[in-house]
Amino acid sequence: MHIPEGYLSPQTCGVMGAVMLPIWAATGRKVAKTLDKKNIPMMAMGAAFSFIIMMFNVPIPDGTTAHAVGATLIAVTLGPWAATIAVSVALVIQSLLFGDGGVLALGANCFNMAFVAPFVGYLIYLLIVKLKGNKPIAAAIGSYIGINCAALAAGTELGLQPLLFHAANGTALYFPYGLKLAIPAMLFAHLTIAGIAEAVVTGLVVFYLQRVGEDNILYRASGNLRGLPQ
Amino acid sequence: MKKILSAFIVLVVLTPLGLLAPGSAWGEWGLDEIKEKVGFIPQGMKHFSEVIKNILPDYGIPGFDKNFYQSALGYILSAVVGIAVIALIFWLIAKLIPETKEKAA
Repeated sequence: MHIPEGYLSPQTCGVMGAVMLPIWAATGRKVAKTLDKKNIPMMAMGAAFSFIIMMFNVPIPDGTTAHAVGATLIAVTLGPWAATIAVSVALVIQSLLFGDGGVLALGANCFNMAFVAPFVGYLIYLLIVKLKGNKPIAAAIGSYIGINCAALAAGTELGLQPLLFHAANGTALYFPYGLKLAIPAMLFAHLTIAGIAEAVVTGLVVFYLQRVGEDNILYRASGNLRGLPQ
Repeated sequence: MKKILSAFIVLVVLTPLGLLAPGSAWGEWGLDEIKEKVGFIPQGMKHFSEVIKNILPDYGIPGFDKNFYQSALGYILSAVVGIAVIALIFWLIAKLIPETKEKAA
């Protein structure tokens, strides 16, 4: 789901960056207010987990690959604001050091994977928990919907390119496939395999975290899951 | 802490499994793949394709990708470097934040 360099027009990158700036500012303020210094290693762990889980490419039946993100897992354990920051840090490292996702496309990639995925996933999780659902299952379903909403956003950003930015003779300047191809392709990969991978990882880790004792460092990492004041 | 560290080490060692999936992610093709697919390289794509040079492009050591073992080693190294840099960033963030409040978390 990492949109590479040159796939989006500079205008699109600018708009997505402009959308992300206030989100980063707001999440930063919120995290500063709700979490304290002790939680920073936990956020680092969340970012590292997200970074590494994204390296596990899974094969998609159409011959492409995709991966889980872990965004909803971080949202459930540390809160969605911390998830935005943690996943954003992972995405910045990926684009700068490994060329996974464009540097100019960071606004778009962070919007999809670090904002849409954790917030949608978290809201669905909250809703299911309110309906007396079991937490690991609520987190799994939330993460499945969250990653698919992120894929829909990425497909939309890509698919708009040939519509908005083409040369005088109609040839695409940036990403060449329109919405009709980009959205189904992005959703297919995540509705089938990557979303399931995301749901299984999220559900299992939440199931495990619910069982760790107070002596475990992860107990603190999952305060949000326990409804402890943070 | 030991348990978490071991869990991360296991994950890092297993990352090369992610190399086994054939093909690229949809919409993450290189310029040559784009040319193969659509017949030409869109002008803007070519122009912006390399804004910065990465030290471990595509999670691998440049030139050290002749076989699966070399790629796997580069992949594991990338995982270690990535985690180390993430740890460093959060360590710096922690340094920058003044010790103000201690809440029961």
